[in-house]
Amino acid sequence: MSQLPALIPTLPILAALLSLLVGLRSLRGGYLVALAGTFAAFVASVLGIWEVTTSGQPIRYAVSGWVPPIGIEFVLDHLAAYMATLITGIGVLVLMYAPRSIRHESPGKATFTYPSMALLVAGLAGMSVTGDLFNLYVFLEIAALAAYALLATGDRAGPFATLRYLLIGAIGGGFYLLGVAFIYFSVGSINMADVAVRLPDLVESPSIMSGAVLMVVGLALKMGLFPMHFWMPDVYTNAPSSSAGLIAPIMTKVSAYAIVRLMLDVFPPGYFTEAIPIAATIGWISAAGILFGSILAIGQQDYRRMLAYSSVGQIAYVGLGIGLANPIGLIGGLLHMVNHALMKGLLFLIGGAIRWRTGLVRIPDMLGLGRKMPWTMYAFVIAVLAMVGIPPTAGFFSKVYLMIGAVQADAWVWFAVIIISSLLSGIYFFRMVEYVFKDAQEQNAAADDSATGGVTARELEGAVAGEVPASMFIPIAILSAAVILVGVFNFFIVRALLEPAVAPLVGG
Amino acid sequence: MTIEFFAGRYPYILIAVLLGIGLYGMTMKRNLLKKIIGMTIFLTAVYLFFIHGAFKYGATIPVYTPELGAEAIHYMNPLPHVIVLTAIVVGVGVTGVALALLLLTYKRYGSLDEEVIIQRMRESA
Repeated sequence: MSQLPALIPTLPILAALLSLLVGLRSLRGGYLVALAGTFAAFVASVLGIWEVTTSGQPIRYAVSGWVPPIGIEFVLDHLAAYMATLITGIGVLVLMYAPRSIRHESPGKATFTYPSMALLVAGLAGMSVTGDLFNLYVFLEIAALAAYALLATGDRAGPFATLRYLLIGAIGGGFYLLGVAFIYFSVGSINMADVAVRLPDLVESPSIMSGAVLMVVGLALKMGLFPMHFWMPDVYTNAPSSSAGLIAPIMTKVSAYAIVRLMLDVFPPGYFTEAIPIAATIGWISAAGILFGSILAIGQQDYRRMLAYSSVGQIAYVGLGIGLANPIGLIGGLLHMVNHALMKGLLFLIGGAIRWRTGLVRIPDMLGLGRKMPWTMYAFVIAVLAMVGIPPTAGFFSKVYLMIGAVQADAWVWFAVIIISSLLSGIYFFRMVEYVFKDAQEQNAAADDSATGGVTARELEGAVAGEVPASMFIPIAILSAAVILVGVFNFFIVRALLEPAVAPLVGG
Repeated sequence: MTIEFFAGRYPYILIAVLLGIGLYGMTMKRNLLKKIIGMTIFLTAVYLFFIHGAFKYGATIPVYTPELGAEAIHYMNPLPHVIVLTAIVVGVGVTGVALALLLLTYKRYGSLDEEVIIQRMRESA
């Protein structure tokens, strides 16, 4: 069991390498290797949750036997297990979904897509279990490189949009690395636990402050926080549905998680709120980002672009949780990471299903789609209810935690922002719900099979209820169920995993 | 006084200037290739910061030599160098991917100018 922290990132890395080798000979074999590696990491993460919650102690693993703080250390604690399970779980579902969607949208690129997906999961899972500041940077860039490859395989404008994302990512990574240098040269260690022990004597040091600011700014750039979000709409609009469905839910969240990790476990309690007002800054930027993303999402005609702007707003909820910097607010932010990952993953996969079946991406064209793909559209309604935040779906509870946190912090403006943004997301999503369930007999736009770019009748054989194949429908169904179950059982998640995780704030 | 100020801090000033040039290139230049060159300069400045921080006068490579004894003062700190080596590898990977994306962009739009590409993107959409 003590090997679990190392297994979570290494299994998918190994799978990615093998998957490429096998995939060059047999596409199906390569796919199965990638899926098996990701699934094994998922099992390891779930076991990790079990171990950590029963023993209450983090599992520590010293890489190749070098004792920390000299060697690199992997630490699987409550928060890391929580994130790793989310990342690998989404990875497994999207890999299940991917083959049919890729064959339809970016044929011929599948051989390299599956290893990249496994590598992305490995990088993000590595970021969540690592206990070393520099190792975090390495995993961050592994994940980023895999993400660039996945995103650039999309439509015509894909490579250009991805290049702009890469440049922002490079600035973010560079700032983070510079911050690590400041911390290392002042403290003499890059092991998170060791730095945390040595820092309290040095809190007044200006180079520690510069280091902290640089690291957080770098991660915030990677997180796509407003106003550095401008790459997001173009990237998600031009990416293949399965790539967007993997990257949009988890990629930005893990950078947010890294900020939370720094705030809770590396810097002394209250450092980000009292010594330097960085938490409040992130909070205000996030509040602006929530409104900006939600308002711009209303005007979008392209389904994927609407989701991208909605993501700009939703990642900012996590930023708001960081900004509140009290236990309840932070729990809300962390819970929202999982909730939003499930909802946004579901919405992107539904978008891919619509594109597979009908070739449509523009919302006005989707008139009457509810008649043609009723089951997929029921899943869509569940996702919409969660996005707006209607109980008992998952989206409701994280917003409640955030609102209680805002009340405790006397942050009434942020409280208002959460409510206004919920109403705004109601506007843009219910507009689309109205469209797809409208009777299309008069206009008969989408209901016409000859519309555009959809699958042929032969490919439709074996599809579930004449909609999409089982390999695409099952992940959608699992995610819809998860959106409701996580909502209903959120109390257990908070009690078992998140309350121990935010304990440093309570003590401080 | 100014001479002493610069004499003591010139590595930091050099690093700050390189960071500035890199960031300027990445954000202000319209040509995508120049943006990538800016990125390389920016990353190099970060590497130099690590190398400068690890530098010691009169120290040798970090391999134990009986004549010098075991005191750390006689040896270079290997850790920042290892970090920089890893970071250079990461940087090469990022630059490689960036150049590949640049090539694809040029093939599809026939230009490296960001504004022209955005305009052609709008026309085709």
